[in-house]
Amino acid sequence: MKTVKHIVSRTAVLPTKDIDTDQIIPARFLTTTSREGLGKNAFYDLRYEGDGSVNESFALNRPEAQGCRILVAGKNFGCGSSREHAPWALLDFGLQAIISTEIADIFRNNSLKNGLVPIIVDENTHAWLLENPGIELSIDVDGATLTLPDDTAVSFQIDAFAKHCLVEGVDQLGFLQQQQEKIGEFEETRKWKP
Amino acid sequence: MSTLFEKVWSDHLVIDETPDTPAVLYIDLHIIHEVTTPQAFTVLREKGLAVRRPELTLATMDHSTPTTPVTSFKDLAVVGESAAGQIRQMEQNCSDFGLDLIGFGNANRGIVHVIGPELGATQPGKTIVCGDSHSSTHGAFGALAFGIGTTEVGHVLATQCLLQRKPKTMAVNVGGRLRDGVSAKDLILAVIGEIGVDGGTGHVIEYRGDAIAALDMESRMTVCNMSIEGGARAGMIAPDDTTFEYLQGRPRVPQGYEWDAALARWRKLHSDADARFDACVTLDASALQPMVTFGTNPGMVVGINDPVPSGNDASFRKALDYMQVEPGKPMTENSVDVVFVGSCTNGRLSDIEEAARVLEGRKVADGVRMLVVPGSQQVKLEAEARGLDSIIKSAGAEWREAGCSMCIGMNGDTVPAGKLSVSTSNRNFEGRQGIGARTVLASPATAAASAVCGHVADPRTLA
Repeated sequence: MKTVKHIVSRTAVLPTKDIDTDQIIPARFLTTTSREGLGKNAFYDLRYEGDGSVNESFALNRPEAQGCRILVAGKNFGCGSSREHAPWALLDFGLQAIISTEIADIFRNNSLKNGLVPIIVDENTHAWLLENPGIELSIDVDGATLTLPDDTAVSFQIDAFAKHCLVEGVDQLGFLQQQQEKIGEFEETRKWKP
Repeated sequence: MSTLFEKVWSDHLVIDETPDTPAVLYIDLHIIHEVTTPQAFTVLREKGLAVRRPELTLATMDHSTPTTPVTSFKDLAVVGESAAGQIRQMEQNCSDFGLDLIGFGNANRGIVHVIGPELGATQPGKTIVCGDSHSSTHGAFGALAFGIGTTEVGHVLATQCLLQRKPKTMAVNVGGRLRDGVSAKDLILAVIGEIGVDGGTGHVIEYRGDAIAALDMESRMTVCNMSIEGGARAGMIAPDDTTFEYLQGRPRVPQGYEWDAALARWRKLHSDADARFDACVTLDASALQPMVTFGTNPGMVVGINDPVPSGNDASFRKALDYMQVEPGKPMTENSVDVVFVGSCTNGRLSDIEEAARVLEGRKVADGVRMLVVPGSQQVKLEAEARGLDSIIKSAGAEWREAGCSMCIGMNGDTVPAGKLSVSTSNRNFEGRQGIGARTVLASPATAAASAVCGHVADPRTLA
């Protein structure tokens, strides 16, 4: 995995709560056997009208949202399915971090495996970020802080191992493979066999 | 003083977690399907890795498969080129990596969460994962079962392990007893309405209490299946005689003296009397009525005869606009275009029976399309042996081959834009059943009653 240490970008904002994985990438795009090129399908049914024309009012279609790498989203972003196509699509779309007060478990895990940084902030910071789209944020992953335009630093919680993997670009499969001996020992010595 | 979850968790720790590193958790059963695995096999090929324990891997195809009969490749045309390609890739991957695939023509094929229990591969005390969030279903047997992403599918294929942080625990205590016409689906919709779609985030739920103990295994699966809709990756129920009776004699369950040993082990799988949970919720099953959703997530739920609530929140208003539902009026005032009975939530024999009981001697209303899709080919065979397919077809509904079908709409079984669907599936998200489709989640009885009446209907009025 590529290392992810610093992200500096303007923010785009989707204030809706409970944005589910079917909205992030509709199921009809999951028939692929590749993880590449899914950005064109990200938020497809929100970005486009039924006739295929662009929905100009959707926040991520607006000119000021172009090039934003940080998405500030409503509570419980990424709820629903386990499809890893969701973070694959968001990364390919150009996003590198999602900020909310709550991010669904499976989506958060999948994001961390791919270098999309899920960031949980307190409600006050979240409310302020929702009200101020387009501001420039600086995210320091190693220091677990984000810096607002007025230089206020806000710290966020991130699991120590997840952070280590992001900052050092650790491949978690490689980490697991290093435990092969202990896995073999577990299989040999456990009291019952599946 | 351990919870059921803690007992299963600690029994599978290859390496315990530390502040700096997650636990290495051993996985006893890995269920795979065509949609969330191709990219994992690609990684294995790139790294020159084999599948560590092929015999602990259960492979089938369900999501993008046709629900019309498949006897040759040309029968896959109905799902489109991309889905057909994914199906062929799954066959290739299983062949290349030495995995037995329960594919077309195999009488055991079906939805991952239906066939695991059916074959007896799902057992108390196991850790079970699948690249599908409804893996929580298997928790009905006292297994620790949860959905994973494709990267993690690769981890399990290669190492039979996952890196995991220990989740918190939540007890959902359900007292009393469900009344006639009220089912496990109504119960779990009420639970999600109570805790909200994120109430279980970070937690493993244990469903407990008299109302849960009184449920049969298929109903328990319906309850655990929707744990993820309350934000919890896993939901569990302590195994008991109901569980053991269901399992005994199934193909992959231990036999003879091994069965006795397993039973002795399984009987210890319950939360100790003094076990502590991080969160607790209590509900009275006796007070429940049939439940239906009115919005665009499974937590937006209301009693069938109760008025749809009003709210000022922007997300709430957006959901009601999408659904074209009016606050203050009951859902029964909405006319229905499509009815779907099936899915890993409600596609088992008892669900098909529940729908058929309502349909018997009645007709699906004019202008309503009703699709009944068994959860597995075994369910299909058993339903046909009982004559349920005749009842369903005589009523004017379609009777199909097994698969996920209209729950996720990946195989061409979709609800047209703007149409209202009453569905026994698990998600009423925007566009879930098709672009612009409006989904009302309900029990099989409520779905069948709605098909007959042509509007969302209380099944008790047809009893």
